[in-house]
Amino acid sequence: MRSLATTWQTVGPYFRIGMERLMVADIAGEGVEGQRIRVQVRVLDGDDVPIPDAVLEVWQANSHGKYAHPEDTQDKPLEQRFRGYGRIGTDDDGWLRFDTVKPGPVPGPGDVDQAPHLVVGLMMRGLLKRLVTRMYFPGEVLNQTDPILMLVEGARRKTLVARAGVEDVKVLTWEIHMQGKDETVFFEL
Amino acid sequence: MGLIAPYRRPYAGTQPEYLHAPYVSTVKRAPTRPLVAIPQTLSEVTGPHFGKDDIVQGAFDLTKQHAGEPLGERIVVSGRVLDEDGRPMPHTLVEIWQCNAAGRYLHKRDQHNAPLDPNFTGQGHTMTDEQGRYRFVTIRPGEYPWANHYNAWRPAHIHFSLFGPAFATRIITQMYFPGDPLLPFDPIYNCTADVAARERLISRFDWETTIPQEALGYEFDVILLGRDATPTEEPKRR
Repeated sequence: MRSLATTWQTVGPYFRIGMERLMVADIAGEGVEGQRIRVQVRVLDGDDVPIPDAVLEVWQANSHGKYAHPEDTQDKPLEQRFRGYGRIGTDDDGWLRFDTVKPGPVPGPGDVDQAPHLVVGLMMRGLLKRLVTRMYFPGEVLNQTDPILMLVEGARRKTLVARAGVEDVKVLTWEIHMQGKDETVFFEL
Repeated sequence: MGLIAPYRRPYAGTQPEYLHAPYVSTVKRAPTRPLVAIPQTLSEVTGPHFGKDDIVQGAFDLTKQHAGEPLGERIVVSGRVLDEDGRPMPHTLVEIWQCNAAGRYLHKRDQHNAPLDPNFTGQGHTMTDEQGRYRFVTIRPGEYPWANHYNAWRPAHIHFSLFGPAFATRIITQMYFPGDPLLPFDPIYNCTADVAARERLISRFDWETTIPQEALGYEFDVILLGRDATPTEEPKRR
């Protein structure tokens, strides 16, 4: 007989007690190959008020486009020192920052390459279950054909693409709007 | 890579909606647009794996993290992590957090006028064994007031966070205690439409894991989304 998956509940406002230990803001340690980037994310509620008690989880491939997971059977190099996992909480102003390397493209449906992306899970007080989204990179040719972005109506795709810094293109900024005219696209898996 | 076998979508009504107005914080934080359904790709059927190096030995016992013993009633919380087809989920990380016996969290934002316990942090973690079993020793958390509505009190609960084999199987939930009189009034517990799904968040008192002269046992299983054996282009359950 089949049982049914356990119901989600909110992380609540005090998740740091249990989740702080595995907070990872430096996703690619020393010696990991690839283009180094810093990502700064701001999380805003329906009144554009910064959310100070959100936690974001990142899952990504390495710069070769390979996930550190047994189901990724691609013939691409794995890196021992790269798990590809990040967990970062917002500060009092709704900001969070992390450092990593830009992931390489991974295959998608129909073996069409997906554009480089970070898989993102978002939790906070007031969210009864995780929200799933993705962060894409600005100026990527593959963004034009990415099979997941193509499922999003054209006008909303920009909510999933980070902005490159004016002074330093390796610093990316991404706003997550829970609601409003710029509401971020969230996915159902 | 060929076709990807997706994890199932949750059964209708067994997961909360994002907007649940009685839980006031959802009103400005729940998305207003429908989620965009996407097929699971290699990105979603993979996920972070944690190993022995990520675990502090003894972190399953929340009563032994300080010089003295925490106040409150010692309990054992144990159970299994399985998927929807009853397969055990071995070697998966389980993280928990909770308030102390007086209903106070060790957190700067918790301003509840109840004492902190110098001998209790409220953080624990462990890894499931070969059979998907886990076990924590802790103290029973207290109930506490919150600002959601007039005279609002949260039922006693322990937060659970698990990954499972994939990004798609991640779950964070709360475990409750049998017979808690606050459950019918709690908007977080009651956010899920399906009553049976809700009731599965309530642990069972368990004689087998109760330690004589020492601690009451509570059993709580966590079920992760299952996966169909045959890869399909489109997820089956909507």
